[in-house]
Amino acid sequence: MLQARHRVGLVFFPAYDWAIHPQHPEREERLLYTQDQILEEGIFDIEGIFEFKPDPVVLADIQRVHFCVPDPWTVATESHFISAGGAKTVGMAVCEKRVDRGFALVRPPGHHAMRVVHGARGFCNINIEAIMIEFLRRKYGIRRVAVVDTDCHHGDGTQDIYWHDPDTLFISLHQDGRTLYPGSGFPEELGGPNAFGTTLNIPLPPHTTEEGFLHALHHVVRPVLAEFRPDLIVNSAGQDNHYTDPITNMNFSARGYAELTAELGADIAVLEGGYSIEGALPYVNVGILLAMAGLDFRHVREPDYDRHQIRQSASVTAAVHQVCDLVLSCWQKREKLRERRLAEGNPYRRRRRIFYDTDGFSETQLEEVTPCGHCGGALRIDSTSDRGVHILAVHVPRNACPSCRQQGLAWYEEASPRRFDHVFLQDQTNDRFETKPRDAARP
Amino acid sequence: MIIGLDVGGTHTDVVLLDQSGLLRQAKIPTDPEDLFGSILAALEAVTAGIPPEGIRRIVLSTTLTTNAVIQGNIPPVGLIVSAGPGIDPEAFRTGEAYICVRGSIDHRGREVEPLDEVEIRRAAERLRREGIRQVGIVGKFSVRNPAHEIAIREMLGEGFEGVFLGHRVSGRLNFARRIATTYLNAAVYPLHRSFFDAVCGSLAEKGLQLPLRLLKADGGNMKLEASLEAPIQTVLSGPAASVMGAVAAAAGEDDAVVMDIGGTTTDLAVLIGRAPVLNPNGITIGAYRTLIRSLETLSIGTGGDSAVRLKGGELVVGPERRGPALIFGGRHPTPTDAMAALGILPHPERRRAAEGLRPLAAGLGLDVEALSRRILETACRQMLAAADRLVEGINAQPVYTVHELMEGYRVRPQRLLVLGGPAPHFAGTLAALTPLSVRVVPRWEVANAIGAALARTTCEVEFFADTEQRLARAPAENFHQPIALPYGMQEATAQALALLREKALARGANPRYLEMEVVEAQEFNMIRGFHTTGKNLRVRVQVKPGLIHGYDELLARLAAPAEAPPVRTATGP
Repeated sequence: MLQARHRVGLVFFPAYDWAIHPQHPEREERLLYTQDQILEEGIFDIEGIFEFKPDPVVLADIQRVHFCVPDPWTVATESHFISAGGAKTVGMAVCEKRVDRGFALVRPPGHHAMRVVHGARGFCNINIEAIMIEFLRRKYGIRRVAVVDTDCHHGDGTQDIYWHDPDTLFISLHQDGRTLYPGSGFPEELGGPNAFGTTLNIPLPPHTTEEGFLHALHHVVRPVLAEFRPDLIVNSAGQDNHYTDPITNMNFSARGYAELTAELGADIAVLEGGYSIEGALPYVNVGILLAMAGLDFRHVREPDYDRHQIRQSASVTAAVHQVCDLVLSCWQKREKLRERRLAEGNPYRRRRRIFYDTDGFSETQLEEVTPCGHCGGALRIDSTSDRGVHILAVHVPRNACPSCRQQGLAWYEEASPRRFDHVFLQDQTNDRFETKPRDAARP
Repeated sequence: MIIGLDVGGTHTDVVLLDQSGLLRQAKIPTDPEDLFGSILAALEAVTAGIPPEGIRRIVLSTTLTTNAVIQGNIPPVGLIVSAGPGIDPEAFRTGEAYICVRGSIDHRGREVEPLDEVEIRRAAERLRREGIRQVGIVGKFSVRNPAHEIAIREMLGEGFEGVFLGHRVSGRLNFARRIATTYLNAAVYPLHRSFFDAVCGSLAEKGLQLPLRLLKADGGNMKLEASLEAPIQTVLSGPAASVMGAVAAAAGEDDAVVMDIGGTTTDLAVLIGRAPVLNPNGITIGAYRTLIRSLETLSIGTGGDSAVRLKGGELVVGPERRGPALIFGGRHPTPTDAMAALGILPHPERRRAAEGLRPLAAGLGLDVEALSRRILETACRQMLAAADRLVEGINAQPVYTVHELMEGYRVRPQRLLVLGGPAPHFAGTLAALTPLSVRVVPRWEVANAIGAALARTTCEVEFFADTEQRLARAPAENFHQPIALPYGMQEATAQALALLREKALARGANPRYLEMEVVEAQEFNMIRGFHTTGKNLRVRVQVKPGLIHGYDELLARLAAPAEAPPVRTATGP
């Protein structure tokens, strides 16, 4: 009888009756062969591995993180409520110490969903990690959290949500944005002025193998984590770095994923992308589960695995080393870089255009954050989608200092519902979400 | 007439019944050293003077295979295992003669690595040299493609008595359980076979030459001949017999919890309508997790003879048993003594029970009556808490679709059906502690034998079709066939039901009243690149456990209030 060295809680929710559309990579069949492999390997029978049924999240869980336009029901389906709920269920089991580690093997994914949600981007509607993290913070008083995003695509949604949060370290390892969606995630993206350096991006060249990933883990991720000292480490565990993935260009193997998982030692892993549903996911997931449980994964191997064919070239290795050195030095010199950034212009305001590739439209944002040395700062987002919806969203972070909170509330108060289609207030200090009634408009 | 016989650890219960009613019943002590003798004595007790030709069916539930497995009384078995990549198959080793060989199949049933014939012949040679007569052959994903298991059997050659193939055990995925189940089939085969040869021989001498039926762990039966292919399916059929006995008393509309209260333990199960809830994986016997379909049950160490004591000033009932009750000559107080002291269980040794309980009562500052009530309440609360756990566990079973998660069926029991020796004496206290309506199963003392007698033949079939590979498969049924396009769910379901029907009839089902149902029907588009290349269809069909047709009158008569003992409360009659 196999006995796990670490107790692992698993939510498996393949959503066999949900797809973006029938031929889309994010479709019903995606986790079918993974289920076959997990069942056949008898993973659920391993002593110390527990499967939990997910509880769907409630509205408040989503509104603690997002401004959904016009509301969560419109931008998300039941399936999203359940996949976010899967992450939450796993997170609760970890925080209540019913298990040592948790894995939400759920779909649909979420790491491209930003704080304001007008629709779906990169197959994502709501950010399931952020929803879980903010729930765990609220319920269990956890403060410092690190998110290590190992999906092949830059986790731009999670980056956006935590851009101004000094208590959340976000590190993304991904295929270089010059060669892959969403085209962001460069080393100079280091976070907002109140949280500078707690966002780190490690873009890796195409054809990087686990060798390159493990180098980044050892030379950047681990030292930074050691210094940041998070209470909780979350892994956005995309599986699309695999050598068989149809929409990316990396050279990871199942065994490499297992090694990465074992060495990272995250408390919670949440599935993100990964679309090689037959050739990669079944093996990658078995490898990840065995690694989380502290069991032997050396015999996990894809049927077509050929070590020589996916060997990392010397030029890729050199490029990986170079970017890792750069990112580490950015982290180490973050104070100096922040001062330079402040001298160059006003980093407290930014204007952005965000493309919703899955739904095919764009959003323009004018974002303003209060300068603050004590908290993340209140956030005012004036957002217009080219579907013609104009909103004002005010975010007050959970640890807001009195003056930032006051500024946030003032922004909300003075916003005229006549100028905007919707005016929202997300006040995390008292866990309230408010919408300004339209008939409250005064001349 | 039908005979139902349930060999339990302590008693062997037997009934003779027909459509008009329960004709005879008997309870005789089981001799664990001589199950054969116990069975014959029990049969003797109900058949004396009955013309053999009037008996249409005999259904047996025995502890034969269970005892053999629990006591480790099994011969050496050879296992040949081909795993391929994944968890190291050494983790599932069943014994000395466990040989891992090359060869592997993937999740869609495609060969990844071929077998090595030389290696297999060498393995067979070794097993022969060691004098091993029973062999199991198990491959990973053999239920998607059994070609390797079949080829290995061919390569084994002669000289073995029983050879069991993993893919025939069950259509379900789970390599480790497939190994354990195949091993157990091979292990109990010689004992099972010789035992029932002897039973049939003895029956034939009495002129009873009808096919024997054996009860399975899922509460259904199968013919003896069918059991020779999978003898381990008869394991742990005792609890199933009791649950089927309770089904006979179930109203049929609400969900119910069944409690079989014994001396040492209480076994619980759940009925949805009149169908017992099945375990989604398979039964666990000792250290073996298997693929044997079984009822979802929970057993706790609380019963009529549980030891009652004080621990840190708290009253504790069970989980261990320290001999019989005081009133039956034991030395430790038990709930049975509490019943006797209260007069719920009329017994001449009532005074002895009260005397024995007095020290405990003094320790808690209570009188004997109050203590006795508290003992019964403590025991009953433990049983009811277990019922809650069982129901919660069933409702917490993961589901994999949005529809099931949001709108799936939730078990909400309305009734509590109790049976077993002390059942009527616990019923009053249970009724006072639960909002469920409590009912003592009619003929509670032999309901298990009635359950065995009236259980229908059950089975299930797992069916797959892959239109990209143009192949339909049900390897556990030895079925694989090319398919003609167009092919969809309708065709797959029809083929699966045809296989189920064939299997059920071979196992002894009545073709006129065959209730088949589709448990799962999933259809997936297979997209490679950005094109649909085919459909992956998965169908599971079953004949679920239930009672045979034509006995409604008997059931009504059994359920008539006059025949059921009244529920008495803890305060006495």
